[in-house]
Amino acid sequence: MRALLISKWAKFAVFLICLIPFAGLVWRIIKSDLGANPVETLQHATGDWTLRFLVFTLCITPFRKLFKLPDLIRFRRMLGLFAFFYVSLHFLTYLGPDQAFDFSGMLKDVAKRPFITVGFTAFVLLIPLAITSTAGWIRRIGGKRWQMLHRSIYFAAVFGVIHYYWLVKSDVRKPLFYGALVAILLLWRLGDWFFKRRSKAPLRVAAPHVSMNS
Amino acid sequence: MLIRKAPGLTYADITPKSVYLDRRKFLRAMGIVGATAVAGKGLLDLASPPQTALAATQFTGLIKSPFSTTEKQNSLNDVSHYNNFYEFGTDKSDPAKNAQNFKTTPWTVSVEGEVAKPRKLILDEILKLAPLEERIYRHRCVERWSIVVPWIGFSFSVLAKLVEPTPKARYVAFETFYDPRQMPQAKYGGIDFPYVEGLRLDEAMNPLTLLCVGMYGESLPPQDGAPVRMVIPWKYGYKSIKSLVKIRFQEKEPPTTWNRYSSSEYGFYSNVNPNVDHPRWSQSKERRLGEIFMRPTVMFNGYGDQVASMYSGMDLKKYH
Repeated sequence: MRALLISKWAKFAVFLICLIPFAGLVWRIIKSDLGANPVETLQHATGDWTLRFLVFTLCITPFRKLFKLPDLIRFRRMLGLFAFFYVSLHFLTYLGPDQAFDFSGMLKDVAKRPFITVGFTAFVLLIPLAITSTAGWIRRIGGKRWQMLHRSIYFAAVFGVIHYYWLVKSDVRKPLFYGALVAILLLWRLGDWFFKRRSKAPLRVAAPHVSMNS
Repeated sequence: MLIRKAPGLTYADITPKSVYLDRRKFLRAMGIVGATAVAGKGLLDLASPPQTALAATQFTGLIKSPFSTTEKQNSLNDVSHYNNFYEFGTDKSDPAKNAQNFKTTPWTVSVEGEVAKPRKLILDEILKLAPLEERIYRHRCVERWSIVVPWIGFSFSVLAKLVEPTPKARYVAFETFYDPRQMPQAKYGGIDFPYVEGLRLDEAMNPLTLLCVGMYGESLPPQDGAPVRMVIPWKYGYKSIKSLVKIRFQEKEPPTTWNRYSSSEYGFYSNVNPNVDHPRWSQSKERRLGEIFMRPTVMFNGYGDQVASMYSGMDLKKYH
């Protein structure tokens, strides 16, 4: 397993896999196969994939520990950046078709509608994380502070779920499904943190978070 | 009742006459095809199993309505594959998949309550109550999309006059057919069934209010509310209740499904109004299916000339 994870092809393969949803959408645009409301189809698909990639990203740390696969860290940045890639597309499908690229109109909408406010906040929270995702930025900010900053992904994920929950009319199954996944992943972290504190073990450097080997 | 024409529209504006005649020719041809199909049905049944749910009846000799819009119609494919019909699932594409075996024959509509002559009407009787008209209406969903649909039917007032509402009748309550065995997806809808809706009596009697039995020249597909539904074009789509089984005239304002689910978001009146936002999103714009950018939403969905007088002096924010 480890050999597979650290092989130089693994990252490339994961990169291509992460592009499949995007390629699928491009294909459907070319084939005019986006249904009766193509804009909505694109908005929903890019929103769905944003939430999925946020969940994948949040899976890395628990999976590393639970399955003793520390090398999974090699994929975390890529998954996070793909979440940002899909949220950027999601934002563009709103700014363009819904707001006709009118920034002032968009800001009014952001201020007025709670579900837009919370979704936009999640998007804005992810921008600095995407910018500071490089090794250079980790060095510049310092591992500890970088780690603190990047915890805002927790808020982005929660806001993303609320955004989805407030959008649907009455069938809340899908937002609740994402909500449950995010809740489990965050509660695991809380439990992990609590357990570490109680065991009062000598502090170990949280290698995964400042790891440069990716 | 005074039937006013849509402003600035003449009969000839609606469709060029040549196109119209071609269409009639086309429909007549379809009628012949239909008749042949019936005659040959025995043979066809031998060759392949009958697909009753998919066999749409063609309507011919439809009267064109002065209420029709000249705006570009959406395609039948769009209108029958992008549906809100929560009994058959909540995704827009669900009803087209899940409603295909919906049993709509025999079909009876019970008309009851504060009326002198309560009736139970079978579908064939409804079809013969009045000459069928084609009415091309704008249809605006509360979710900010809109379509233009050539519905088929006649004014609901025809049916109402038939049963003679008593002076006590001030509202009309409507109910959709519900059968959990035929609609197993309904339990995920999050709303209560059977689906119920209602109108004030004057709204129900407005000539625009359509008792609808078809669209695009043929009977309604199951996912669009077969075999008989209401169409109230100046209100959000959920008021236009589908697959009607009960019509009840009554003194009190009836409960309505979406209002019961969330009264702050879905009012009893639910008139299309760009100035009264849904608490979670703006209603000032809408996306016409087939278009990328949004267009401004018009008060009463553009039917103000016919309906605004019914609400004069009313606080439309309070009675949203």
